[in-house]
Order: sequence, then structure tokens, then C-alpha cells
Amino acid sequence: MITQVVVTSAAVAIAERRGSYPGAGIYSGRPHAVMQRAFTALRTSNLLAFLTGFVEPVLFLLSFGFGIGGLVGGVDAQGSQITYAAFIAPALLASSAMNGAIFDSTYNVYFKMHFSRIYQGMLATSLGSLDVALGEIGWAVLRGGIYACGFMSVTAVFGLIPSWWALLTIPAALLIAFAFSAIGMAVTSYMTSFQQLNWLNFWLLPMFLFSGTFYPISTYPTWLQVIVEVTPLAQAIAMVRGLWFGHFDVGLAGSVLYFAALAVIGAAFTTKRLTALFLR
Amino acid sequence: MITARTLTKAYGEFIAVDGIDFSVAPGESFGVLGPNGAGKSTTMRMIGATLLRTSGELSILGKDPSIDGPAIRAHLGVVPQQDNNDTELTVAENLYIYGKYFGLPRSYLTPKIDELLAFAQLEDKRDAKVDSLSGGMKRRLTIARGLVNDPSIVMLDEPTTGLDPQARHILWDRLFRLKEDGATLVITTHYMDEAEQLCDRLVVMDRGRIVAEGSPASLIRQYASREVVEVRFGSGRNGEIAASISDIGDRMEVLPDRILVYADQGEATLQAIVARGLMPLTSLVRRCSLEDVFLRLTGRTLEDA
Repeated sequence: MITQVVVTSAAVAIAERRGSYPGAGIYSGRPHAVMQRAFTALRTSNLLAFLTGFVEPVLFLLSFGFGIGGLVGGVDAQGSQITYAAFIAPALLASSAMNGAIFDSTYNVYFKMHFSRIYQGMLATSLGSLDVALGEIGWAVLRGGIYACGFMSVTAVFGLIPSWWALLTIPAALLIAFAFSAIGMAVTSYMTSFQQLNWLNFWLLPMFLFSGTFYPISTYPTWLQVIVEVTPLAQAIAMVRGLWFGHFDVGLAGSVLYFAALAVIGAAFTTKRLTALFLR
Repeated sequence: MITARTLTKAYGEFIAVDGIDFSVAPGESFGVLGPNGAGKSTTMRMIGATLLRTSGELSILGKDPSIDGPAIRAHLGVVPQQDNNDTELTVAENLYIYGKYFGLPRSYLTPKIDELLAFAQLEDKRDAKVDSLSGGMKRRLTIARGLVNDPSIVMLDEPTTGLDPQARHILWDRLFRLKEDGATLVITTHYMDEAEQLCDRLVVMDRGRIVAEGSPASLIRQYASREVVEVRFGSGRNGEIAASISDIGDRMEVLPDRILVYADQGEATLQAIVARGLMPLTSLVRRCSLEDVFLRLTGRTLEDA
């Protein structure tokens, strides 16, 4: 029968072990429990949605890279002549890292916040709001990493990878996924209706089209280049494309810092909002 | 186990819980009774360390929930008003993952899940998705999930609201077993029969305040008589007839659709009314319940409160 252990059950012992740590009110050291939930849900319910994430960038690569690429011929990028497919492949990697992270951290998070009440359930346990934030973001990063590896393998098959340096785009994709997921979750936590989520598309689609995926930003007049270059997807594309072709410069370090800052700010705001929404 | 003193929660101008005092002893089954909006769920969330109090003192197992939230929540089994089982997981996965949130290891959870599935009578549904369960099954799963960490205190917020009578009785049976096993229960309800079945002691809340406290039997003794006669004369005539029988019984409540006459001997009281030549359309003699206590305390029935 159900045993009632007053005062020290296993769960209590686990919670109290951390009780004296700083930040014990918002963090119990278990983001992996939240990630395990996401993995189990994937296996049980969301396998199809997961697979479509693989397919999307591959479709773009086939249609634009080889379809339109046949009309365009070569592209003069960073001083050397490359095929059009090779030009857009790293940008598609960056874009798919962004898209996967954003989808998980906006629509899915909004649903869990306001409809399925998953976070209420989590935060009624000894989890803290930072556990939930890091767990959800961590899952988006893991998912982004798997997609990046999958896409890399496809591009390798097509012979679009110029050197071993391109492997560095995998950690870059993880960083991009982390930053977009953290910011996406933070922004979503302020939203009060599904209609507001549609505003995200208002920004995401132009960002995808005009951030240098399909043509170099140098096509723009200088003033427009400056504006586009500070948007996150243009930064992501520049970083991934630079690593892909093994070009290292100061701009690369700047991009890394840029995404690290977005990641920290996003995670902090998400934690703050989860606390405000469910623990106040 | 729980002590609250002048516990208050305000949302801006609105005071949801207005300076209440109560305490809950180990092994006790403590009820919070009241209509919608009385402040029951707000009180529950403050005890559950998911809502900060505005002022007053609150101690749960000697800890302050505004400081030791996760450590307190590790002691609690929370059954929220609305089921929030994870619909993307199966029944057994729900229990397993919830245990993981508490950091519990697989070696602990594997036998625990079997035990909980048996307790909730969901062994056949182990691998079913949550959406395929009936309302009563979902509720039992939520309760089973709340027990995964061997909680010292089980908090049930309106455990049977929205369930059909049969499902309610199954649930009451399960909760009664928990109580027999020595669990400390905190239950909110707006059903009087539920409070009478499950609670050793309860407080009646209305508009954020506690208006009465005691065991179900003592509250009935204190605020109602032994029996009550319900008579209906048709909605137009109740007021006029009430005036003519006001000397019968201990006390009377006139509601829009019926008159309640409180007395120790219900049948004799009904005969006294009939002896005056009044023929009620319908009449009912019953024992007094917490419903009558609530009516006496607030002047309102639970339905229109």
C-alpha cells in the first residue's frame, strides 16, 4: 500500500542536499529531467514533427542550390569562385538551426504554458524555474545539433564541404540554437495570445529571405548592409559561412560573443518570467 | 505540519485571502470549504509554495515557502483543480517523468509506478495515452502522480469537481485509503458531502475570510439544528407563508424557491405546518448538512454564492 514517510522521503533528501546552495529557490540542478521529458514525448508523440526538421533544409538545398544554382552558375564569395549550392549550404545550416529552435521555443512553449499546463506541473515539484528554462533550451540545442549533423551529412554526400574546418559549424549551430531558443522562449513568455505569436512570422520570414542566405549582403547599399548585419540571422549566417570555408577573423569572435550574450539574456528573462507566472 | 497566521494574498486592490489563521496537524485530514472565489485555491497555492503571500506568516514543516520553495515542494503531493497530466506521454511515463522532476532514481520509481498504478486502478492503462482516459481515470492518474514522491502532505484542490457520481465514489474510496494510511490531507471542495466524507476538521471560507472552523459534526451542531424541513409553496407564495409559520421550529431561511425550517424533530415540524391548513407542493425532511451551515454563515447557498 502507499507508505507515508513523514519528513524524510527520498525526494526530500534530494531536495535538501541542494538547499543551502545559492540560487536554491530557482535551481535544483535537474534541467536534464525536463530534457528527459521532451525526449520521452518525442518518442511517444512527436516523431513525425521531429523528422520534418531534417527534411526542410534539404529541400531548400535541392530546389535552390541545384535548381536555381543551375541558372546562376558560380558565386564569388570571399575571394574565391564557388558553386551556388556551396554558397547557400552553410546559410541553410544556420537558418535551420534558428528555425528548429524558434519553433520549439515559441509555439510549443506557448502551448505548454497556457494550455497543457505542463510548466505548472513541473513547478509544483521540487524543480525550479531555471531548471525548466535550461531544460527546454537544452532540448532545443540538442535537437538543433542533431539537425545540423544530419544536414552536414547530406551536404557531404553532395561534395559541398570544402575542408575539415566545416566541422566547427556544428558547435556554431548549437550556439545559434541556444541563443534563438532562449530569446524565443523569453519573448513567448510575455505573450498573451496566439495572435501575438503570428508577429514572429512577420519577422522570421523576411529575416530568412534577406539575411544573406541566397545572395551576399554586399549586394545592398552600405547603409542597408549595416542594418542587416546586426540582425541575428545575418550574424548566424556570417559566422557559419566563415567557419565552413575556414575564414577566421575578428568578426567571428564578435558573432560568438553576440550569441553568447543573447543566450544569457534570454535564459535570464525566461527564468524571471517563469517565476513570475507560476511561482508568485 | 502547516501553520498560517494572518495569511494574506492581495492582487492589487483585490484581496483574495484576507488574514486567515489555521493549522494542520500530522495525519489530519483538513478541509477548506467555500464557494468559487472564496480564496480556497489561492490558499492552496500558497501552501503549495507556488504562490507568494502578500503578508502574514506561513510555515510548512517548519520552513518558509518564500525561501525554501523547492525543498517544501519535495514534501508535497499536489493535485491541482484542473488535471495537468502530460498528454504527450503515456500513463506510466507520466508517473516516471514526474518522479524524475523530483530527482528520484529509476530503481525507486520502477516498483513505485506499479504500486501507484494498482492504487489508481490503472494497471490496464499503463501504456495508454492520457487523452484516451475517462475523466475519472485522468483524475486518479493526477492523484497517483501526486503520490510519487511519498509526500508528507497531499494537497487536493477540488478532487471530484466535474466527475459523475460513480467516479466520485471510486475517488472517495481511494482518498479514504490514503487517510487510513496516515497521510496528511488538505482538501478544498465546494461539495458538502465530500467534506463530510473526507475531512476530520474544516474551515469554511467566504470572500477571503474564514467564517467558521471545526469538525463537520460540530459545525452542524453549532450552526444548524439536527434536522431541516424543506417546503415549497410555489415561488410567489413562499414569502407570505413564511411570515405565518415563523414561530415554528428553531430558525427559518427563506430562499427564492423554498423555505427551510430548522428543528430537532423534522417530522413533527412538518406536521405542525400542515396543521395550520397549509399544503406545501413538495416537502422533504432531512438531516442538516454543511450546506445548511454555509447558508447560515453567509446567508447564501453554495450555488448562488
